[in-house]
Formats: sequence, structure tokens, C-alpha cells
Amino acid sequence: MKLRPQNLVFGGALVVLMMFTLFPFYWAIVASLTPEAALFRDPSLWPTHIIFDHYRALFDERDFITPIRNSLIVAGTTTFFCLIVGTLAAYALARLEFRGKAAIMAFILAVTMFPQISIVSPLYLLLRALHLIDTYPGLIMPYMTFAMPLTVWVLTGSIRQIPKDLEEAAHVDGASRRQSFTKILLPLAVPSLATTGILTFIYCWNEFLFALSFTLGPERQTVPVAIALFRGQYQVPWGQILAAAVVATAPVAVMVLVFQRRIVQGLTAGAVKG
Amino acid sequence: MARIALDHVDKTYPNGYVAARDLSLEIADGELLVLVGPSGSGKSTVLRMMAGLEQVTAGAIRIGERDVTELPPQQRDIAMVFQNYALYPHMTVRENLGFGLMMRKQPRDVINRRVDAVAASLGLDALLDRKPAQLSGGQRQRVALGRAIAREPLAFLFDEPLSNLDAQLRVETRVELARLHRKLGATMVYVTHDQSEALTLGDRIAILKEGVLQQVATPMELYEHPGNKFVAGFIGSPSMNFFDGALTRTGAGGMCTFRGADLTIRVPCEPATSERVFLGVRPQHLEVVGETAVGEGSLSAEVGVVEPMGNEQIVYLTVPSGGRVVAVAPVQPRIVPGEKVSVRVRPEGLHIFDAQTGKRIGK
Amino acid sequence: MRKISRRGSEARLGWTLVSPALGVIALIAIFPLSWTFWESLHLHELRMPWLGQPFVGLANYAEIAKDPRFWAALGHTVFFTVVSISLELLIGLFLALAMNRVFRGRGFVRAAVLVPWAIPTVVAALLWRFIFESQGGIANALLVDAGILNQPMVWFIETATAWVPVILADVWKTTPFVALLLLAGLQNIDLSLYEAAAVDGANAWWQLRHITLPLLKPAILVTLIFRTLDGFRVFDLIYVLTGGGPGTSTEPVALYTFNALLQNLRFGYGSALSVVIFAITFGLALLYVKGLGVRLGGDEA
Repeated sequence: MKLRPQNLVFGGALVVLMMFTLFPFYWAIVASLTPEAALFRDPSLWPTHIIFDHYRALFDERDFITPIRNSLIVAGTTTFFCLIVGTLAAYALARLEFRGKAAIMAFILAVTMFPQISIVSPLYLLLRALHLIDTYPGLIMPYMTFAMPLTVWVLTGSIRQIPKDLEEAAHVDGASRRQSFTKILLPLAVPSLATTGILTFIYCWNEFLFALSFTLGPERQTVPVAIALFRGQYQVPWGQILAAAVVATAPVAVMVLVFQRRIVQGLTAGAVKG
Repeated sequence: MARIALDHVDKTYPNGYVAARDLSLEIADGELLVLVGPSGSGKSTVLRMMAGLEQVTAGAIRIGERDVTELPPQQRDIAMVFQNYALYPHMTVRENLGFGLMMRKQPRDVINRRVDAVAASLGLDALLDRKPAQLSGGQRQRVALGRAIAREPLAFLFDEPLSNLDAQLRVETRVELARLHRKLGATMVYVTHDQSEALTLGDRIAILKEGVLQQVATPMELYEHPGNKFVAGFIGSPSMNFFDGALTRTGAGGMCTFRGADLTIRVPCEPATSERVFLGVRPQHLEVVGETAVGEGSLSAEVGVVEPMGNEQIVYLTVPSGGRVVAVAPVQPRIVPGEKVSVRVRPEGLHIFDAQTGKRIGK
Repeated sequence: MRKISRRGSEARLGWTLVSPALGVIALIAIFPLSWTFWESLHLHELRMPWLGQPFVGLANYAEIAKDPRFWAALGHTVFFTVVSISLELLIGLFLALAMNRVFRGRGFVRAAVLVPWAIPTVVAALLWRFIFESQGGIANALLVDAGILNQPMVWFIETATAWVPVILADVWKTTPFVALLLLAGLQNIDLSLYEAAAVDGANAWWQLRHITLPLLKPAILVTLIFRTLDGFRVFDLIYVLTGGGPGTSTEPVALYTFNALLQNLRFGYGSALSVVIFAITFGLALLYVKGLGVRLGGDEA
């Protein structure tokens, strides 16, 4: 890049932005390695005294493994079902012509705009009636409500981008609809499926309101709820909270770093309708 | 191989757009028929209806002796070469070539033998294990062709297969296709918007305009006896010149006089009264003749632009009434822009079209 | 009717394939929503079961209209939404313009910027809470060192200062998403427009104002829709950062509803609040969608 004043301003602002973006993480890592007593006493940007007590306490005393396990199961199962059901729906919406298609798309879009708070109480009562409060299905079912529209929307956008004439050629070559779906479309849609899966998984992993409302105790709480409800004996255990935040964030950060191009493609395929 | 017949086919889209209107067409077994027309003429739609990729609103389509109107593409046993080739990107060339056979549940060794034979005939043997992304445009085109040939279908459908190739490759491939047709003796329907491609390839040509069939005939017939003004102007390059004017009978003897703004000429015609007509003359039938006097059968004009084509000159002239006329002249003498010339109309190159209907009048 | 058969079978297949997805969505979304609406027309105090669940018509809604806490919450929500979106659009636009250029480390910037978007909102809230927490927190330390503050302050005691970390956290978390949407829009702009402008003598500022911004309008509108709706539904962030406090001075409508429902156990009233929120977001969505004229179902004819 040339050293024009314009570029310097750009570059400078970008650096500031990067620092702003990364600072909270940096600070969380530093704090999680600092003894509790020193946390609010004359904080400095550079760690002086590193300890791992908080991380140890996280897994020994607090059993942080359980919320992680719960989040994995709930997010994973939801994503799995949403992908299967969503792919079928997306195929129909992207490739087939039938009346009411526009209405369905509008409906799906509308549901993504629902405020979750509006359906919390009936869902709570429904789940309670089915004895599903504080269980895995009790979270997976509501999660599908909100993950499904997202999945269908992004997948439909992605399938639309696969050229139609490939399947037409397959039809002319003698493939039935199912064969052209499994042999031609599906292999080409695998990247989109992966991306949509990642997006859906992240969405489920981060969900808070339902997890908060539909679980009762540490046995079934997910990571966001567990972290938010950390209670200390006498005071808020910031050291452990931040250690938990780091633990919760690190895998996500890695995933994003690895899949960033995919994620960007997926988000824009669904979001920007040319 | 089989014949294809379209019987009073209509195609109207749900939004009201009419792509094909009462189309009836017979393609003989082993014939190469070219469907040609400007964009929006419906030619691709007609091809896709033959393939079963578009549904017919009314009418019937027969392939061989079967009525296929309601059959999906899978059951019609035709092969199609798409404009963008539509090669399966995740499969190798070999798998692409063999896909149709695999769909028809042919045994593995039969498929392999057939694929090898087709690949050899198209010069693709070295590329069998590559994926389409690793091929050049011309190679991809051959794979698309090979995929169709390997199937040994009842008929081949081509949807503007050459339009993505550069000019030179286009000419070479055109020749290849003609050769292929002779070799296989296959029924082929070929869609293009390029009239010169149509003229060189087709046994017969069907010209479409806005969904309506204008004329179906051999290239020569279309060139020499176009059925209406549209066909006359579409076929032949540079396109035919049209002069509008009136036709009046001149005594007995079956001759009329055409009187236009810039040209008066005797024309053999049917007994008819003064009608408004278009007189069509191909550029090849106009002689640029220095600055001699202008009389009956000639126009005076001023030379605008001259395009030297190596073997001839294409001369763009302006006539006094303000219109443009194109003539083709031999290489010598050199014609100079700005020259005032007289252009003689050769009597054997006259076509007359009714001004209102566009239909050809007379022989 | 033979002619309809193929089109008919395609329609049948289409509906068969969408019905599982539609069923899931409808069952878990429509049914509860209708229930909420029904519930909002009743008195239902879980803490006072002896009152039963009588039908009270629009009484709950009348109470909402007179409820100062509701109107305050609405005000908080609007304030939060407007301020956040404005900041996010500005910074997001800059970020999108920056990411549109090719430079070394672009991939890293893109990834770094995505991580805040990818982490749970509650974690983001906790990170920012920690930064502003107590008088010994790092924010205080940095601001005092920089001379902007004379002495450290307690941010969460005063409403005005409590909003600062809230808005910062939201901007920090969602600007990446905004930037991405705008970036997609930017990439759709034909480069040759800029080239033609440059040849004609236009400078970068002119190009931004007369080429980029007008052509970016659709993307900006899409972003506005999504962000406005998200803003109105804000819950996680404020629950963790301020709990709606001090008192209820940063409480958004969603949190108020949550408190009414699951803390005060006023199901009838809480449901009415839910319906009001839904109506507002739905109304906003309709307005936006009409304004955009989004093509939803069809491709070409």
C-alpha cells in the first residue's frame, strides 16, 4: 500500500479498531491468570504474577465440564436435525415451483423476527406439562424453533447459487429427481451445509433466554447460563468467571479463525438478497 | 434415431408472457434442423420443451412414434448440450461422460468401453481423469458433446453450444459438428442466434420471431426465396436493403413499376393494383457504378464508409431521401468515401414484400 | 387433467418437503404465540392462584398503557437501539470499506473482527462488565491515567454512566455483523464505476458520496431491519451487564416482560407485554419490508 495520507489514516484507524476489538479478550486472559485479590487493586496492562488457580477451580470445584457437555449436546443435536429437515425444505424452496412459496418464505423470515420473550411463558408451561423442564429435549425443541428458520433461509440462498442447468443436464441424462438430488446437488451443497451447520451451531451455543428459563440447575445448564450465574461465597468470583469466559471463547475463536471465509459466505448468502 | 414433431404447440408463462404460438414443426429422422431467431424469439424455449425441461401449455410433442408431451426428460431418451456445458464439477471427465449410461444401469464394463471409445473419437483420452475445472473452454465443450454422444440417444439437442467460444474456435467446432452429424447420421436440433452458423450447419432452418414460426426451409431456399420481410432481413450478411414504395401495373405483359423515394424499377409481378410494398435487394445485387447518369433501375447515392474485407468491399451509402443502403463491391476499383456514385440494381435480385403483412409477393 | 399432472406433482413434492420444517416452526412458534395472545386477555397471577384465571378482555393492555415502568422501558429500548445502530453503521461502514481493500493481514482482521460476533452475548457482557467494574477496574485505571477522569468512578451506580458499557458492549459485539452485511453490498458494486469516475477526475470522497453510498442503500436497509429488530429484543446483554439497573433505569422492554413473567409471576400481564413487543417488532418489520420491496419467493419467470 502506498504511503499516501489517506492510507495512513485508514491504517491508523484500523489499528485502533483492532485494539478495541481484541482488548477485552486480552484483558480477560490477563485477569484470569491474576490472583483474585489483585484483580481490582491497581490493575496494570501487563501481567506480573501468573497463576492457574482459577482454571483449576473451574474444573475441580465448579465442574465446568458439565455445562460444556450440555451445550455440546443441545447445540449439536439441534444443528443435526435442523440441517436434515432444513435441507429438504431449502431444496423445495430453491428448486421447485409451487404456489404459496412466497408466503412460506415470508413466514420463515417473519419468524426470525419474533421476540423470544413473547413465547417464553407458553413454552414454559407446555414443557412443564410434558415434564420436559430441565431436560435435553426440553431445550432442543424450542431451539429448533429459532434455528430452523435461520437454517432454511441460509440454505435456500446457498442452493439458489448452484447453477440449475447441472440438475437439468442430469435429468436429461436420465436421473430421477432423487438421483439428481443425491448425486449432483448434495455433493455440491456440502460446503454450504457445513457453513450453515457452523452458523446454526454458534447460534445455539450462544442462546441464553430459553436456556435460562427452561433449566433449573447445574445439571442441565448450558455454558452461557452457567457463566452468567456464577455465584461466589462472599463476592463475585471474577477470576473464575473470566477463566470460564476464556474457556468458552477459545474454541469459538479457533473455529472462526479456521472457517472465517465460509462463515462470511454463509452469512452473506442468507442476508443479502441481491 | 428418430423424427421429432411439434404439433400446434403453445407456451404461455404464468405471468402471461407468450413464448411460443401455435408452433408446428416436423424434423426428419437424421436431419440437422437449426432453430434460429433474435433473442426473445422463443427458440431456447422450444428446445427445452422438446427436452421436457419446460412444460407445454397446449399441443403435443412426438419423438419417434411416442407422444412425449407429458413425459419428464428422463424418459424421453434425448441428449442435450447446454450453452454453459453443465458439466458436473465434482466428477471427472470419465464420470461425466458415463453419467447417462450409469443412470440407465448399464454394466460397468459396457460403460467403460463406451466412454473410452467416445473419448478417443473426441481426443479426450488424456483428460479422462481430470475435473472440468482443469479443462479449457474448448475441452469442456467436447466433454459436453461426448456426454451426449455416449448415450446414443434418439436425438441431440444443442442450446447455443458455440456462443461461449472465441471466434476461431467457433468456426473450427462448427465444422466438427457438421462432420459429426454426417458420421452419426443423427437427428439434431440446433439453436443459435447467429444466422451464418445456421446457414452453414443446417439441413433445414426454422426461423422464429416472438414465438411464431416464420419459415422452415433449406438454407438456399431461405436465402433465395425468403417468405417474408423478417426472414429476408434476418438471413444473409450484410442484410438485405429495403426500399418502400408503391407498385403499379404497367400495361399488360405481367410487369409492374415500383416507385420508391429513390428508386424506380420494373418488376415482374402478379396482377395487382397499386399496393404499398417493400422492395428488397441484397447488397450483393447492387452494383456501384461510378458517376454515370441515374435512370430507371438505379439510384444515386453518396459513399459513406467503406469496409475492405480482403476479397470484397462493403460499401455503406446514403441516398438523397436520407436512407442508408449497403452494397457489396468487388475489390477493384477502390471506392472512396464521399464519392457520389450511381448504384445499379440487378434485376435478378429483386424481392417484393407486402408493406402491411410483410409477406412475400410473387415468385 | 393430464396437463396439470406434472405441475401438480411438483407442487405436491414441494409441500411435502417443506412441511417438516414448517411444522416444527409453526408448532413451536405459532401455537405458543396464539397462546400468549389468549393468555394476555386473562388475569393470571401465579402468586395468587385463588383469583383463578378470569377473562378480562383488554384490561391488561389498559394497565400497560398506564404503566410508567413500561413506558420507561420502551424509552430505554428506543434510546439503546438508536444509539447503537448509529454507531454500528458508522463504524461498520468504515470497517467494510477497509476490508474491501486488499492488504496483508486482511484475513486476520476479518477473523479477529468476527470473534466478538461469535461468542455468547452473556460472555461479551461479562467481559465488558469486568472492564468497567468497581473503582479498581481497568477502564477507570486507563481513563485516570489518560487524564480524562480525575478519579475513578462507579459506573453502574448512575444511569447515564451505566449506559456507557452497555452501548460499548453492543457496538463491540455487533459491528462485525453490520460490517459483513455492508461488505457484501460493497462487493456487488461494479469496480469499473470507480475507474470511470477516477478517469473523469473524481476524488475518493466524491466517489464515496456519489457511487458507494447510493449503491449501498439496499444493504444498509437490510442491515437496519436486522439491527432494529435485534435492538428491540435486547435481553441477554442488559440482564448480565446491569440487570436493568440501577433500579430499573436501564431496563428494556424484553427484560421488563421477563421480570413480570418469571419473577413476579404475572402471566396474564406479562403475556400482554409480550404481545405488545411482538406487535411493535412485527410492525417495524412490515414497515421496513414494504419500504425495501424485498422479493421473497420467486426467481425469474
